[in-house]
Amino acid sequence: MARVRESAILDLPVDAVWHVLRDFNSHAEWHPAIAASTIENGLPADTVGAVRAFSLSDGGVLREQLLSLDDETRELTYCLLDSPLPLYGYVATIRLLPVTDSDRTFWQWESEFSPPPERAAELSALVAEGIYRTGMRALERHLRTRAGAGVALRVARAHVAPDPEPPAAAAHAPQAASAGHLPGRAVVMARHGGPEVLTLQDVSVPPPGAGEVRIRQSHIGVNFIDVYCRTGYFDLVKPPGVPGMEAAGVVESLGPGVTHLSVGDRVAYACPPTGAYASLRTMSADLVVRLPEWLPAPQAAAALLKGVTAGFLLHDVHPVRRGEWVVVHAAAGGVGTLLTQWATALGAQVIATVSDDEKARVARASGAQAVVIGRGMEFVETVQRLTGGRGADVVYDAIGRDSFDISVEALALRGHLVSFGQASGDIGSRPIGPMASKSLTLSRPNYGHYIEGRGMMTTQADRLFDAIERGFVRLSEPNVVRLEEVSRVHRDLEAGQTIGATVLAT
Amino acid sequence: MTRVYVSSVIPAPAASVWRRVRDFNALPDWTPFVAESRIEQNLPSDKVGCIRNFVLSDGGRIREQLLALSDYDMSCTYSILESPMGVENYVAKLTLTPVTDGNVTFAQWQADFDCPPEREQALTEQIGRNVFQAAFTALGKSFGGR
Repeated sequence: MARVRESAILDLPVDAVWHVLRDFNSHAEWHPAIAASTIENGLPADTVGAVRAFSLSDGGVLREQLLSLDDETRELTYCLLDSPLPLYGYVATIRLLPVTDSDRTFWQWESEFSPPPERAAELSALVAEGIYRTGMRALERHLRTRAGAGVALRVARAHVAPDPEPPAAAAHAPQAASAGHLPGRAVVMARHGGPEVLTLQDVSVPPPGAGEVRIRQSHIGVNFIDVYCRTGYFDLVKPPGVPGMEAAGVVESLGPGVTHLSVGDRVAYACPPTGAYASLRTMSADLVVRLPEWLPAPQAAAALLKGVTAGFLLHDVHPVRRGEWVVVHAAAGGVGTLLTQWATALGAQVIATVSDDEKARVARASGAQAVVIGRGMEFVETVQRLTGGRGADVVYDAIGRDSFDISVEALALRGHLVSFGQASGDIGSRPIGPMASKSLTLSRPNYGHYIEGRGMMTTQADRLFDAIERGFVRLSEPNVVRLEEVSRVHRDLEAGQTIGATVLAT
Repeated sequence: MTRVYVSSVIPAPAASVWRRVRDFNALPDWTPFVAESRIEQNLPSDKVGCIRNFVLSDGGRIREQLLALSDYDMSCTYSILESPMGVENYVAKLTLTPVTDGNVTFAQWQADFDCPPEREQALTEQIGRNVFQAAFTALGKSFGGR
């Protein structure tokens, strides 16, 4: 006697699953092994005793009879009458039970049969994998891709409860329409404006669809781009919407087709689309990376975006070589600190610019050979003196409008200006003629283009983790602030009152 | 007869979860609401028929008797002998089932009892949410869940 028992948790309400399974004639719609199904003698499909005739995808034919059907316990039993395989005495039971605390379904599918002994292992595996496991996942996909469910998922994927009025109720009373949804909290930007437009709301977070992951986020990185999104300077968040591009947490559940992550993995991401200011988030799994064991979540949430930025600027945009002279503007800032440390570790000599003495100390501690306060002619003279009149090989410039000309001035022949930000304001239009006088190269890299797709993101993240592990870059402790205080954090960030990175703890 | 049913998914293999919950005297180890527990007459905690006598965090005392224990089905059935809750004929069953796809555990906890009709809703809420669900949530967390 062989016994097979398979079970799964489906991210769907139990009644939705039972509605399909109790139809003894439904398999052809959702089971990949079944090409066609009919009930013999024209009986209704829920008649106990009804016989279904299957045509298999591989051309075979089999007949099965419904032995019992119980809507109360959501259980049905059937046996095999004719089959191309020697599954003698095959009786199978399907049983569904609700997972009451998350509106999901426990599905158990089991059977007993008497195969020829030498084929027992092979046939058991076929039934378990080819019929049961495949079928359970196929039905979940089938139900979730149906039009109605799709609409519900898309609405909620905006991370704002469809009806913003009773959010508290939504958090405690899962509705039939929100299959597999879980309650979470998110900072919602009601409109563009000051820090006061950010409010914490209860939201219903959809289960992950194909290629998606749902993350229980413990820490959220705060970046200056979040302020631009809030004010409307960048058009990345359409109100009402959730800002934020960076967070760390633990994988809560996975959609079909996600193979590089597992439930329970510690993960982080730093990428558009926005929506990171939340305790729970469903998003594409492609740009989500697994964290090394030794990297705490607050540090990851604080450093991934800045660290990946520093990484591609130093390796992809301009691969820094040993002995090169590298200028880093705003060297005490988030990315500036990492650029200074990392370029130094790569064997380059860094000339840093900062705005005051306190920041000069930070830049020196990061390994800068020389630190200049301000970006006037003194800066250019320092570069000329240190490089023997040659100029710098590369300038990393996130200041923008106020530093562009002086950066060009400081470069050597065939030098490279990497302009990756505009803290002082938009650079506007510039004549490119003067660049010919030194055969300069200008780059305007966009973060999104260097993390395009899982392969690229993994490469960037792995390079950063390796640099941290080897001590090339040192992460300082971020300021950890509760999610409730997000408005104050934005106010301080805009006022220039923060030192070091800030993360929001959910 | 009133029935309360709560179920959850615990992110760990069923054998690991069962090791934690099969000990009839172990409520203080895995639930948030039991302060201390002992088995009366010093019986082993897996002797069917034994009585656990425990004190809740809020001071209430409950005595429950083990009616059935199955290491095969990973289930445990017990009745309430004495409690401050005011329930009659209370029999509860805790069952673990392996989820083969994902190697996690489906956990069910069900109770049937009699009570005055006007107290039914409050008791259902109390037992379902504050006892069974609270215990499952703590159990899930202890295995790294949310």
